[in-house]
Amino acid sequence: MAEEPLIVARGLVKRFGEFTAVDGIDVSVERGEAFGFLGPNGAGKSSTMRMISCVSPPTAGELRILGMDPVRDGVAIRGRLGVCPQLGNLDTDLSVFENLTTYARYFGLSRAEARRRATELLEFVQLADRAKGKVEPLSGGMKQRLTIARALVNDPEIVLLDEPTTGLDPQARHLLWERLYQLKRQGVTLVLTTHYMDEAEQLCDRLVVMDGGRIVAEGSPRELIDRYSTPEVVELRFAGGAEVAVKLDGVGERVDALPDRVLVYARDGDAAVAEVHRRGLSPSSVLVRRSTLEDVFLHLTGRTLVD
Amino acid sequence: MMTVMAAGRALRRNLPGGVSAGRVGAVLNRNVGALRSGPAYWLVLLSGFFEPLLYLLSIGVGVGALVGTVPVGGRPVDYAVFVAPAMLAVSAMSGALAETTFNVFFKFKYAKTYDAVLATPVRPVEIALGELMWALVRCLFYTVLFLVVMVVLGLTSVGGALAAFPATALVGVAFGATGMAISTFLRGWQDFDLLTTGQFTLFLFSGTFSPVQDYPVVFEVIVTLTPLYHAVELVRGLAVGPVGWTLLVHAAYLVVMAVAGLWVAARRIGKLLLV
Amino acid sequence: MAHSTVAVLERHLTLYRRLFWASAMSSFLLPVLFLVSIGLGVGGYVGDLGGVSYLQWIVPGVMAATAFQMAVGETTYPVLGDFKWTRGYHAMRATPVRIGDMVAGQVLFMVVRVLPQTAVFLAIVVLFGGLRSWWSVVTPLVCAAVVVASALPVMGVSARIDNDGYFALLFRFVMIPMTLFAGVFFPVAQLPLVAQWLAWVSPLWHGVELCRAATLGVAPPWPIWAHALCLVAWTVAGGWFAMRGFARRLAV
Ligand SMILES: Nc1ncnc2c1ncn2[C@@H]1O[C@H](COP(=O)(O)OP(=O)(O)OP(=O)(O)O)[C@@H](O)[C@H]1O
Ligand SMILES: [Mg+2]
Repeated sequence: MAEEPLIVARGLVKRFGEFTAVDGIDVSVERGEAFGFLGPNGAGKSSTMRMISCVSPPTAGELRILGMDPVRDGVAIRGRLGVCPQLGNLDTDLSVFENLTTYARYFGLSRAEARRRATELLEFVQLADRAKGKVEPLSGGMKQRLTIARALVNDPEIVLLDEPTTGLDPQARHLLWERLYQLKRQGVTLVLTTHYMDEAEQLCDRLVVMDGGRIVAEGSPRELIDRYSTPEVVELRFAGGAEVAVKLDGVGERVDALPDRVLVYARDGDAAVAEVHRRGLSPSSVLVRRSTLEDVFLHLTGRTLVD
Repeated sequence: MMTVMAAGRALRRNLPGGVSAGRVGAVLNRNVGALRSGPAYWLVLLSGFFEPLLYLLSIGVGVGALVGTVPVGGRPVDYAVFVAPAMLAVSAMSGALAETTFNVFFKFKYAKTYDAVLATPVRPVEIALGELMWALVRCLFYTVLFLVVMVVLGLTSVGGALAAFPATALVGVAFGATGMAISTFLRGWQDFDLLTTGQFTLFLFSGTFSPVQDYPVVFEVIVTLTPLYHAVELVRGLAVGPVGWTLLVHAAYLVVMAVAGLWVAARRIGKLLLV
Repeated sequence: MAHSTVAVLERHLTLYRRLFWASAMSSFLLPVLFLVSIGLGVGGYVGDLGGVSYLQWIVPGVMAATAFQMAVGETTYPVLGDFKWTRGYHAMRATPVRIGDMVAGQVLFMVVRVLPQTAVFLAIVVLFGGLRSWWSVVTPLVCAAVVVASALPVMGVSARIDNDGYFALLFRFVMIPMTLFAGVFFPVAQLPLVAQWLAWVSPLWHGVELCRAATLGVAPPWPIWAHALCLVAWTVAGGWFAMRGFARRLAV
């Protein structure tokens, strides 16, 4: 019999008073997987992550983590999780190194073990030279890396990362991604949320798209693109605005008019462009590209992701 | 795997109610670590000792020179001898309160320290206990120094000081626990004005500067319901006398206060952060 | 008066409107509690001092000390905060407001506060029979002078530090000792000589003695001009110290 998934949610609900933030979601995450929650602001990603980290009791539905109940066995589960929250909560009264050792003690690691782990992890996130320094002057990316190091201090089986790269410059993001790959290769299960399509495509084996507290699609990035989009997309801009969209009816498989541009979904982009010109339209710019998760998202929610 | 084993070891050293001594110690350990953050915390810590001492010198000794003696248990004593144990109780109270109101509130609301801690196996009640123990450390640091000063100035005997010392620990725990419970209800810094005013009112009217028997009767009854009064009476009874059964009533009041405060604090931390 | 100074004053008054009730506690309630506890409670054992009741003796002291504490309170966290956290002075700096306006406007704000505050205190203590002379009506002005003389040097300190932990030192080693030993609760003549000297130097002692002379209707220990001169000296030196501190901090 196969091992029970590390995380199983059935009809999971989270309400704050009257407001329903998470509205009956089903999720299961297998060992060794990198699993993503994708969605716009307020979709309910963080609320879900907090329930999985056992710091927020579910309002309804079933949730099992590592085969245990998060409310009853919270202590035991948290001992095997690593959490990297959306809003940084590093301890500014402590040095970089002490942030890790102090946190390690909460998991019951011995002092010597805590120091050993801290040294190792600062090396891993390339902050060894800042070990003695304070937390405050670190850059956003460094703080984020330190938070990830802190989440790894107890050698967790599952690492939960809520928007790990938001606000980072491209170089810092790539460094972080590279570290996360490494963890994945070591067999650590990753669960992350993101607004970034490229991040989801790069990191996730499987993901769900959330909107308004519900899951609107699920699959691997490739599957989602195949299912909800066409292989190619043509982006057209017109000098006079997007009103011309009606004249594009029937070009490609689907046409989406956005405020600033028109998207034409097509199996063959170049053929679609040719058709546009044949209809006597002259867009001010034309771009043919491969379809991405962004298009999937747009199709599913009718909204762009990063707005 | 190492981690799981270490956690298991810590779990086995359980206190009643599934409280782990190791995790309480880890919360305490964080505060010890923060001591190294720079001189600012040390300055605040050290200087806090002087406030009750200055009052002792000004009102106890300075105004005391104008007063002469006051009756304690029917026996006239020097005014400074009367005021000193009260200031000792005050320093126990304010040492513990400073830690569990100001600092706990800051960590709770602004630094988000406990959000991070609660993502680990540490439980709310363990946070409350760890912070309370730290408050007790600060409280005892003040009261030991203060007792030394009292003995040096001849305001109590060595025996009196030794008897009063454990009582100051009880005072610290009672006020520390209550302060922590209160700080979970504060909305923002503006509420500290209220808290400070309340604390200062207790300071002025708990039989600290004149015997409560002098107060109008209604007033006296109200005062006997408030916590600092019991702390002052307990500490004064042990340091100056007279020792009697009523001291047990004062001690019982403080024990109830400590337990209730801790219970409320642990529940509130869990309720507010685990949403 | 310069328009910019008034603009700064208005800014502080606007902020104060929101904090009025919180600060009303310390401005109005605490001094009265002090009078009841020490003046009436302990006063019962003291009896008379210099021919007047102990309560009457400490009324002017508590009055001046309250003004003094307000000045220190308003020029520590709020000043550092406007440099460091809210950066209010940096915002002013980007307008025609000059350093002098910032300092003068803020001090003016405290004066505007202390005048009615002292008047209310007088009205309350008159009910306790705490005043003995019509000269009492000048005490708001004396308290205003105490505020100016103590606020300016503290502003200079706040402009020079970066860590609010140092305020704990200022409170415990300057503000509270001054309140407790500068003739508010007992005559400074009881102090050892060195401490007497310190009291004579402090702006608060001069304020206390001038207020006491007014409420009791007697002559102060030094000639009035000598007390006044000391307060003026603190004002001038403190003003210079504060202006320089502001200028340096805002220059970078
Ligand atoms: N503690 C809370 N009390 C009340 N409402 C809350 C609370 N936490 C979250 N919400 C609400 O729940 C909804 C979902 O929030 P959540 O933080 O889960 O979104 P998210 O998908 O993580 O968004 P973002 O991308 O902005 O981080 C939001 O409308 C939010 O206002
Ligand atoms: Mg979120």
